[in-house]
Amino acid sequence: MIKLLRLMKGYRFPAISAPFFKILEALFELMIPLVVKSIIDVGIANADKPYIVKMVGLMVLLGLIGFSCTLCAQYFAARAAVGFSANIRSALFGHAQTLSFTEIDRLGTSTMITRMTNDVTQVQSGVNLTLRLFSRSPVIVFGSMIMAFTIDVKAALVFAVAIPLLCVVVFGIMLGSIPLYKKVQGALDKVLGITRENLAGTRVIRAFANEETEIASFEASTSALNVAQKVAGKISALMNPITYLIVNIAIIALIQVGAMQVETGILTQGAVIALYNYMSQILVELVKLANLIITMTKAAASGGRIQQMLENGGKGHESSTDTAKKDHHAVTFKNVSFTYAGASDESLSDLDFTVDKGETIGIIGGTGSGKTSLVHLIPRFYDATKGEIRLDGVDIRAYSEDDLRKKVGVVMQKAVLFKGTIRENLLWGKPDATDEELWRAIDIAQARDIVEGKEGGLDHVIEQGGKNLSGGQRQRLGMARTLVADPDIIIFDDSTSALDYATDAKLRTAVREMEGDHTVFIVSQRAASITHADKIIVLDDGKIVGIGSHTRLLDTCEIYSEIYYSQFPKEEVEA
Amino acid sequence: MKNKKTLSSLKKVLSYVRHHKALLLLSLLCAAISVILTLYVPIVIGDAIDYIIEPGKVAFDKITPMLIRIAIASIIAALAQWMQGIINNKITYGVVQDIRNDAFRKLQSLPVSYSDTHAHGDIVSRIITDADQFSDGLLMGFSQLFTGVLTILGTLGFMFVINWKIALFVVLATPLSLFAASFIASRTHSLFKAQAEIRGTQTGYINEIIGSEKVVRAYGHEKEAMQSFEDMNRQMEKCSLRAVFFSSLVNPTTRVVNSIVYAGVALIGALSVIANPTAFTVGSLSIFLSYANQYTKPFNEISGVATEFQNSLACAIRLFELIEAKPQTPDKENALVLDEAKGNIEIKDIAFSYDPEKPLIRDFSLSVESGKRIAIVGPTGCGKTTFIGLLMRFYDVNDGEIDVDGTNIRDITRNSLRKSFGMVLQETWIKTATVRENIIMGKPDATDEEIIAAAKASHAHSFIKRLPNGYDTKIGEDSGLSQGQKQLLCITRVMLALPPMLILDEATSSIDTRTEMKIQHAFATMMKGRTSFIVAHRLSTIREADTILVMKDGQIIESGTHKELLKKGGFYFELYHSQFKG
Repeated sequence: MIKLLRLMKGYRFPAISAPFFKILEALFELMIPLVVKSIIDVGIANADKPYIVKMVGLMVLLGLIGFSCTLCAQYFAARAAVGFSANIRSALFGHAQTLSFTEIDRLGTSTMITRMTNDVTQVQSGVNLTLRLFSRSPVIVFGSMIMAFTIDVKAALVFAVAIPLLCVVVFGIMLGSIPLYKKVQGALDKVLGITRENLAGTRVIRAFANEETEIASFEASTSALNVAQKVAGKISALMNPITYLIVNIAIIALIQVGAMQVETGILTQGAVIALYNYMSQILVELVKLANLIITMTKAAASGGRIQQMLENGGKGHESSTDTAKKDHHAVTFKNVSFTYAGASDESLSDLDFTVDKGETIGIIGGTGSGKTSLVHLIPRFYDATKGEIRLDGVDIRAYSEDDLRKKVGVVMQKAVLFKGTIRENLLWGKPDATDEELWRAIDIAQARDIVEGKEGGLDHVIEQGGKNLSGGQRQRLGMARTLVADPDIIIFDDSTSALDYATDAKLRTAVREMEGDHTVFIVSQRAASITHADKIIVLDDGKIVGIGSHTRLLDTCEIYSEIYYSQFPKEEVEA
Repeated sequence: MKNKKTLSSLKKVLSYVRHHKALLLLSLLCAAISVILTLYVPIVIGDAIDYIIEPGKVAFDKITPMLIRIAIASIIAALAQWMQGIINNKITYGVVQDIRNDAFRKLQSLPVSYSDTHAHGDIVSRIITDADQFSDGLLMGFSQLFTGVLTILGTLGFMFVINWKIALFVVLATPLSLFAASFIASRTHSLFKAQAEIRGTQTGYINEIIGSEKVVRAYGHEKEAMQSFEDMNRQMEKCSLRAVFFSSLVNPTTRVVNSIVYAGVALIGALSVIANPTAFTVGSLSIFLSYANQYTKPFNEISGVATEFQNSLACAIRLFELIEAKPQTPDKENALVLDEAKGNIEIKDIAFSYDPEKPLIRDFSLSVESGKRIAIVGPTGCGKTTFIGLLMRFYDVNDGEIDVDGTNIRDITRNSLRKSFGMVLQETWIKTATVRENIIMGKPDATDEEIIAAAKASHAHSFIKRLPNGYDTKIGEDSGLSQGQKQLLCITRVMLALPPMLILDEATSSIDTRTEMKIQHAFATMMKGRTSFIVAHRLSTIREADTILVMKDGQIIESGTHKELLKKGGFYFELYHSQFKG
């Protein structure tokens, strides 16, 4: 939590001003019991009415000055808290943009989302209240004690005992409840996870009439949350009663001591009342503090979780300075192996091949054979665990992430579009692309009929997640998005699965006829999509079992011919 | 209008609280006890102070029993406070749990189109963040409103008993404080609402971008995403600053009013002591000052509650919007429970569209005999998947009717209709649970043997076996299973449930063709005697169908067997041959 404070940047002035004005206000408030004491000891004792009126006037004045201090304090506190939380949100969001794919896998989407929404809100209210009250309360508490000492040392000893005791109770309960509130937040995470998952699976859940099971598991998660909340609540509910009790016992002691001091003529009656008022003021302050503690512990727990996410990864990629050109191929895989973080087995083993500029490479293989893993290594979504990958003869670790993304375009299996116009979505690939360039990409992706069929054409608004488009439409627009950037290397990662064969075929023809020397990788389940490729890589269980042209593989690679004939039964191919 | 909405949502909140009536009364009782004792203590203290007059005139024998009384009263008051705290927690957390559960339950009965057309992030934010904020507000309300009101009433009561003149002054000054508080509260409400709205938008954006973070990274779109996020974030900052600042004005404003009251009490009190020292003692003055001090507290608290409550009601309104969204038409009262469907399906002239402006499915009629295999092909976006949605009653037809075994599906319970269909979709969905739990969705009481048999039939067994804990391995969307493995699990679900009718919508699109061939074999066995609908792009998978429907623009343009359609040389012929084109 403390480490997070660096994000207060730009709001340091309000963050310091808020407590400053609060302390000022507290100091004015500490004067009040002394004024009351004078009223009793001087005004009442001498029946001096003008003096009393003057003193009361002073009280009103102190109140008004205090009020203007508070106004400043509230404004600065709000500014600091709101600005701080905006900074945290930015930092979190920005951090998410630097996570590697492995880290994204590990953190999980729902965790990242709660950090950015719920946790930040908690921190905001925590900081706001802390700035307003946390500086004020100690000043009142310890200020009261100092004032008490100026009145009478012996009576002030009661304060000296009571205040440390109160501190122990307040901080003890606070520290005790932090882990409990962490648990609460964890339980809330679970509720969030189930909600998200349920929304994503609406159709399947209903198809299996599983609504009641879903409700049951949701209710189990809310009831776990409820239990955690009640446990944490029980501890923090102790705060008020215990402090109340301690303060009252202190008052009892104070009256006893005060009575003895008055008896011997050391103190006046007004002084006893002033001491009593100071003690009451401490109680009022502690009650406020107790209410704050809940918010603060919650905020601290949230802050810890935020910090944790910020510390998590984001190290980016290791880079290499070795920019020497080692060969003339467009893509080289040299003894490359890859293991996913946390997995025990290699997903890819010992891949060794080269691809020349302008070639089209087909990659085919069974489910889980490592096709997607292979192409994800080229743009460095994941880093190879062994071996070396070179683009244009240079180690990929020598490219900056930006350069690599510009050089390699990937059309992913699951086509995700974002809220915004079609144009905005397409410009992802190349922010300064002209409409002409967009249309060229749209044509290659066979998406002209989609765009023209939508009201507003390029300005048609796509809803969040591209929900107002069909799967096939999303895939084609996703493809256009990649093509707009006109990367040297284009990877189609099984990205035509929702297209019918006719469209798929037209698309392939169009990609082949694209201007410039593009190196194309096509990952597919469909043999038809890759038969024309210059080179076909056949993967099985993470290993290359065949590499070559369609006709050669048909003769030499058993797995390939099996795949091919399962899709094109012999008699019909020959017919 | 706005107030009406607030008022009605307040009523709804109260209806949830009503379940905890007994606890509520107990909480009130505790509050009353602790308030009365808290107010009683200063009186005893004041009396004690009156016995401490001046040197040599301190009545210790009178003071000691008073101090004991203070101690006892304090202990009881503390106990009552603690109990009240625990009870209030119980009520609040219970209410929020109930509301969350209701919201989630509601989600299960909303039409599928609700989930299609509403941003998931926004729904999540309602169920999580809004409910949380609401619970905070409610808890504050319970713990402080009661005590606040009781303290004010109690203080006034005691004051009137001791000195009615000062009491009257305090009563006359009270409206000032209330007026100031309500003036500010009424202005902050709209600010909080604006804040909740922009927060919803921002959560939606976070959900969208972070949910597809990998895509964002693949396109190097980080900077642009950050830029739009930053714009939203700063706008949110502005909005929040206003809401937070204005709401935090309530407290100081009431406090300044109260410090004036405090000064007034001191003035009138001191003058009263001078005028008649026996009727109104210095001790009484100290009681009054202590009261005046405590009297300011509940006003601060109540006004604090007022702002918090505004915020919390704004959140409650958003929650209730979800809870009260129009649900799908409920099943008819005497709806038929479809058991062991034969699978005769009669589709009579149906029409359907998501948007009345753009008709999607029109003039669609079809008669399917029990046990037949129907394949549906057609270009992307021709309405295949929509048609499946109509069969499953994810949507209701706008016109015409669909009959299963001679009964209009509108007259059949949704659950029994859907259970009669086994559906495998292209888009896989895996829930966070064990492999076993994922498989038994359609047959919760399946034995291990049945599960393994189904997994073997779908060729999922071999990869499941290799998972760290086999069938008990926890899996989820992000657990590293490949798309194809997920699809195999989805197929296993259906293989296990063995419903009388089948829908395979691109069921094997992510599975390699070698495995697919084997699964096809299992499908073929399963389809025997079961009415089946198959949507596929791979024409090889549908050649065996009894009837192939060729759809285009929401209509059937050709139908017949593979051979008939090829002979016809129409759209199907073209489609079929395009897959051989390089």
